[in-house]
Amino acid sequence: MTTSIKKLILGDQGLLVIFILAFALVSLTVPNFLTERNMLGLLQSVVTVGVIACTMMFCLAARDFDLSVGSNVAFCGMVAVMASNATGSIFLGILTALAAGALVGLFNGVVIAKFRINALITTLATMQIVRGLALISSDGRAVGIDDPMFYQLALSKFLGVPTPIWVLAALFVIFGFVLNRTVFGKNTLAMGGNPEASRLAGVNVDWMRIWIFTLQGFICAVAGILLASRITSGQPNAATGLELSVISACVLGGVSLAGGRATMTGVIVGVMIMGIAENVMNLLNIQAFYQYVVRGFILLLAVLLDNMRSSAIGRR
Amino acid sequence: MSSYLEFSGISKSYPGVKALSDVSFGVRKGAVHGLMGENGAGKSTLIRILSGDAAADEGTVRIDGETQNYQSTRDAFDAGVVVIHQELQLVPGLTVAENLCLGRFPATGGVIGFSAMYEDVRRKLELAGISVDPTRKVAELSIGERQMVEIAKAVMLDARVIALDEPTSSLSSRESEILFTLIDRLREDGRVILYISHRLDEVFRLCDSLTVLRDGRLAAHHETIEGVTREQIVSEMVGREISDIWGWRARPVGAVELEVDGVHGEKLPVPASFQARKGEILGFFGLIGAGRSELLRMISGADPRAGGQVRVGGVDIGSGQPAEAIRKGVVLCSEDRKFDGIIQGRSLEENILISSRRHLTRFGVLDLRQEGEVAETFLKKLRVRTPSRKQDIINLSGGNQQKVILCRWLSEKGVRVLLVDEPTRGIDVGAKSEIYDILYQLAEEGMAIVVISSELPEVMGICDRILVMCEGRISAEIGRADFNEQSILAAALPDEASAASVG
Repeated sequence: MTTSIKKLILGDQGLLVIFILAFALVSLTVPNFLTERNMLGLLQSVVTVGVIACTMMFCLAARDFDLSVGSNVAFCGMVAVMASNATGSIFLGILTALAAGALVGLFNGVVIAKFRINALITTLATMQIVRGLALISSDGRAVGIDDPMFYQLALSKFLGVPTPIWVLAALFVIFGFVLNRTVFGKNTLAMGGNPEASRLAGVNVDWMRIWIFTLQGFICAVAGILLASRITSGQPNAATGLELSVISACVLGGVSLAGGRATMTGVIVGVMIMGIAENVMNLLNIQAFYQYVVRGFILLLAVLLDNMRSSAIGRR
Repeated sequence: MSSYLEFSGISKSYPGVKALSDVSFGVRKGAVHGLMGENGAGKSTLIRILSGDAAADEGTVRIDGETQNYQSTRDAFDAGVVVIHQELQLVPGLTVAENLCLGRFPATGGVIGFSAMYEDVRRKLELAGISVDPTRKVAELSIGERQMVEIAKAVMLDARVIALDEPTSSLSSRESEILFTLIDRLREDGRVILYISHRLDEVFRLCDSLTVLRDGRLAAHHETIEGVTREQIVSEMVGREISDIWGWRARPVGAVELEVDGVHGEKLPVPASFQARKGEILGFFGLIGAGRSELLRMISGADPRAGGQVRVGGVDIGSGQPAEAIRKGVVLCSEDRKFDGIIQGRSLEENILISSRRHLTRFGVLDLRQEGEVAETFLKKLRVRTPSRKQDIINLSGGNQQKVILCRWLSEKGVRVLLVDEPTRGIDVGAKSEIYDILYQLAEEGMAIVVISSELPEVMGICDRILVMCEGRISAEIGRADFNEQSILAAALPDEASAASVG
């Protein structure tokens, strides 16, 4: 009996099993959890983390790291608002923000791939640079949006479900496909598994890294625009510490920090576990300060479980 | 004579593979016991069980009559079992003595008494007959010296059983000789040594007794090595007689396919030029460090080159990255499979298709069905032994991994020049002949093949022509009709006179 439970939890789908069990438990015990309103709220709350986790998954799978995502989200939100105000066109504002995000990512990628500077250091630097730019451009204050249509990005609904959730779902599908069914995805995993072997096998490793980071930047802009729309302004201090939540969610979802291992379902589950934990604590009126502690423990527990799983495979 | 170390009825299964089944044998005290077998025969699994790294499904290990029941490598360690792996486990930034005392520093109140420690280690090293300065950093030592330090560690821990896993694979012959002397001493001390090697010479030089494993079973156990012949051991290992492992056959050689013209770079300053023809197997022989790998790596784009040109079929292949060379038909199977050959943690299928899958896609989207078929075709063609193409490559033996790398390049379209650096390093006898057969077949199909090997019999056995390198220059070219050990070796050894005039 105990061994079969062990097998289930330490097996390939262990995380999914835990997730389903936890979800069922919470649904039964926490009042107001399993309601349409709360479910939509829950999904809304994970949009930012979930969107960025899609590309962070590629970054980690390729044995890289990106700490600049939080700053980039705030920066792109600012750009979207300010460019919309300046041009009078929301469309142009969004376009500018997407370009700005991609540019930050491109910068990261080029520095890391071409100048061979450690990804951790590079993105630690851009994290501060970009946050600084967001603060400078707004003089440290929140910037309101002139055209109220901008709010509609986050408020509009399709089939009763808010647009950001659709965007999140679409990105999950797209990046799941890219990871498993395209050369780009397979090369990413190969690079993470053994970068030198991949290079000798004809994978253009530098080019791949630049693309991965550029994509990451672009997706940060998507998240930044949605966030700005939801909070109805550009906030230079938005999304602080976001990078850690995103990386936590990925690791929770079984993405290996040593590279070469990642699944989209894992990341989705990771994102949802983090979201549910927060949601439940809110429903139970647990003070925000405690939430940090709980989140930290969840992450530790997940990594511990992952460790047990790989050593179980090793000893088998 | 009773056995000091005894394996009885050891069985172990991994998913899809029965790694060991009912293996029993014993080793007496003060003996060097050879453990031989092809890769995948179960040697490493047995060592992992001995060292507590894996648990046997059935059977027991007894040391000095005591049944060992390890839960971890730590338990085995405490029981006096030390395994010295091919990948050494020393901290490069610490000195020899620091490495030897790691975990047990002689300290008073947390402060290490360095002079006492160095003195103590120096004495112990001398006693063991190991001449390594304890104050030197491990990073500065040669591989041979590091191996000595590993053994010193085992001696200082007073290990009862020492297992050496292919200790000479990266040692020069002089370093090997020092190692053998040291092993002789350990034997006199009354320790049990398990010696794993592919090299028959060493086994005959060192071992008192011998066990041969094949496909996870005990193929033969020789209580004494006297009277055992090489042929006998080889046939016990492969389960059949091998008459001529090279199996070279004459084949038509076509036009010049590869032209290397004045290629040089940072690690090979003297420009090198040579040609290889369609259907030809060209060998490169030389001492380690003669510049052979550096040359091939520059040709394939693995390392940058400062100048020179590489032409395939008369067309310049450019001087870019491997990706470019591959598209022009030049591919490299590198020397160190683990470091830059296989992609650990990924399936055989993905390891094979990493380069060639670009031919199987539409707008970057994969055709999984076709990919599976291609992988399956080549796995079958090269007879890779695996339960499935989804298997993680790390679970395969060295020979099968090498075949997967060859599959990678065979599945790539339009390969015209195959560069192979040490095609059979760490590969057992049976798989070697198979790899040679693959090379012959590819040459017959019209590929130009360039092989580097440090084993003279191998280059002489399989190549049509040999280029000898010495200190970064091509020093001789010899056709198959004129192959002769003395002349090849003479060309590979640095010329004393010229060295003197330069120095």
